[in-house]
Amino acid sequence: MAVIQYREALREAMREEMERDDRVCLMGEEVGGYNGAYRISEGLMDQFGRMRVLDTPIAEEGFTGMALGAAMVGLRPIVEYMTWNFSLVAFDMIINHIAKVRYMSDGQFTAPMVLRGPQGGGQQLTAQHSQCVEAWYIHCPGLYVVTAATPADAKGLLKTCIRNDNPIIFLEHLGLYNLKGEVPEGPDFTIPLGVADIRKQGTDVTILSYSKMIHSAVQAAELLERDEISAEVIDLRSLRPLDLDAILASVRKTHRVVIATEAWQDSGFSRELSGLIYQHAFDEMDAPIEEVTGAPVPMPYAKNLEAMTIPNAETIADAARRTLARSGEFAPITRLV
Amino acid sequence: MGIVTMPKMGDTMEEGTIVVWRVKEGDRVKEGDVIAEIETEKAAIEIEAFESGVLNRIIVKEGQTVPVGEPIAEIGGSGAPTVPQAAPPKSEPAPPAKESATAPLPSPSVPTEHGERLKASPLARKIARESNVDLTSVRGTGPGGRIVKDDVMIHVTPAPSATPSVPVTTPAPAPTTATGAVWTVGPAPSRVRQVIARRLAESKQTVPHFYLTISVDMKAAMELRAQLNGRGEGFRKLSPNDLIIKAVADTLRAQAAMRVSWKDDSIYTTERVNVGVAVALPEGLIVPVVRDADTKSLSVIADEVAALAAKARDGKLLPDDYAGGTFTVSNLGMFGIEDFSAIINPPEPGILAVGAVSEVPVIEDGYTAIGTRMKMTISGDHRAIDGAVGAQFLQEVKRRLENPLLLVE
Repeated sequence: MAVIQYREALREAMREEMERDDRVCLMGEEVGGYNGAYRISEGLMDQFGRMRVLDTPIAEEGFTGMALGAAMVGLRPIVEYMTWNFSLVAFDMIINHIAKVRYMSDGQFTAPMVLRGPQGGGQQLTAQHSQCVEAWYIHCPGLYVVTAATPADAKGLLKTCIRNDNPIIFLEHLGLYNLKGEVPEGPDFTIPLGVADIRKQGTDVTILSYSKMIHSAVQAAELLERDEISAEVIDLRSLRPLDLDAILASVRKTHRVVIATEAWQDSGFSRELSGLIYQHAFDEMDAPIEEVTGAPVPMPYAKNLEAMTIPNAETIADAARRTLARSGEFAPITRLV
Repeated sequence: MGIVTMPKMGDTMEEGTIVVWRVKEGDRVKEGDVIAEIETEKAAIEIEAFESGVLNRIIVKEGQTVPVGEPIAEIGGSGAPTVPQAAPPKSEPAPPAKESATAPLPSPSVPTEHGERLKASPLARKIARESNVDLTSVRGTGPGGRIVKDDVMIHVTPAPSATPSVPVTTPAPAPTTATGAVWTVGPAPSRVRQVIARRLAESKQTVPHFYLTISVDMKAAMELRAQLNGRGEGFRKLSPNDLIIKAVADTLRAQAAMRVSWKDDSIYTTERVNVGVAVALPEGLIVPVVRDADTKSLSVIADEVAALAAKARDGKLLPDDYAGGTFTVSNLGMFGIEDFSAIINPPEPGILAVGAVSEVPVIEDGYTAIGTRMKMTISGDHRAIDGAVGAQFLQEVKRRLENPLLLVE
């Protein structure tokens, strides 16, 4: 068991898979000569050369399409977006081509590729560089969407995604790259898709989250313990395919749910989860589901305003308390929006 | 026009149960008429109408428990009830577009008598459906008066492994076995019985009891009692127990080490000597308290104990009559019991169990003689007092009983 940074875990995953399979290659802005905008791919061009680690121009639509073409003729490309906000430039390629090529060609062409990079905010990168994109990509049939919140999950899940024959949206977070954690060693450590991670067992309320927000959820659970509220915290990890069984098993135990996401609420994944839970576990609900989400505003630049738009341990804990509140009790509301 | 609320009938009372309504909706009541019987943890009390009028509406039904201050009925001139209705229902989450094959059908909404939809969580409805609980009889404590799972569980007859709840009033059918039923479920235990069960079980499980027994020569005490009781009419007749209570009270006054209590990892002390006297009633054991017994004479103690016992038998004990005890005396001598060990009444540090006064063979100056003896056993909470302290207490009580003029000083 080694203790390494999240970024190193991603690097090791890519290196091991490129060593294992010649067809795996990496392309993106600054991934080669610069050793990666966030040093994720440091050393990979030195090791694998310019034919397997490609520096691309600032042309997301172009190199995304190029990667799809490579996949259609037998390679297994990894595409790095400097942030997922820039994938919007390649949105047509992803939605209309990568997601649909297998279906429209009746399987004659497939797209075994991983699109990866950081999303989310909290670094004062402001409105156009702080978005969460999972809702847009989960909505489109044909794409898998995966998140990782710890170095171990990053390595295990990325390796699984690279070996998977489907096009996969792999969502990292700038706030996680420095995070250190224990990672099992060995080139065969993988984590399957569609399996959530129960971070903490509990009995009174279920808190669902993923990516960086799961860490705030775990802190919220600790705050709730002081009030003798036992929260169960689940890191969903892969959003599609979703581990619905784990979610429903938890709901049947606690009968109360809080969903915490950095992303916006309207047509967001938090609403998706709510809908699924009400649909499949209606008779188990003892309180309405509470969603704690990013505020419905373009991400502000000012540090204090930015902090107000993102859920934190306090607001998540308050949401849990609201599910347990009784008539006449003060139901805490700490969000300003 | 007035709302009758659940009255607070004692410092520690938090909720009460309507046992029976003596009037029905539409009846005329006069100020002072008894309108209902209410049961708290420890006693049953009648409540009176505070004004004359018509009992317009019964809000809380028989068998239901509500917190102090909650509206239970409305007395008015005549006409429509004025109790504000529950908050208008907020929009419920959108129902599923299609149901999976395994999802059960939601229960139909149950309108209240005022035509509005009853608010209950899906889980509460499911449990009510499965347990045959009528949701209109359930009080909702969720936001907006929504009925949640805990509210329904109060009405669910407990299975042997379920959490305790207020029992239903009709007995369940006897369980049949291959060899025939031996035990039959009786009527629901009274609140007094329930409280005894809960508190004494907790005491036995959490308080480390130790027991010390001593034998008291009661000859002098019984002679003094006979003399005092021979004063004729106008003087309360003393029972042996009155002397014991006085002896205990004076000893507690003198022995600070016995005026302690262990609670939540702390030792509490008191200057008061409030002696609880155990009284056996058909519905269970109740312990009224003689406050500041050390400041009271034998006759006053005797008067008070008699009055409290009478009140207890009539079911008229108020919470203030049985709260605040610092020690308890329990006497089963009238049943011929020689000695026994009682269960401590937390948070008191101990309890004295007194047996019968009887003639027994004793050794005096090397010869057998007939002695008048009584055994007393103290049960002590070893967190608060040690064996030596308990032993000293017994010695001192014994000394006062064997020199009974000390009791009339």
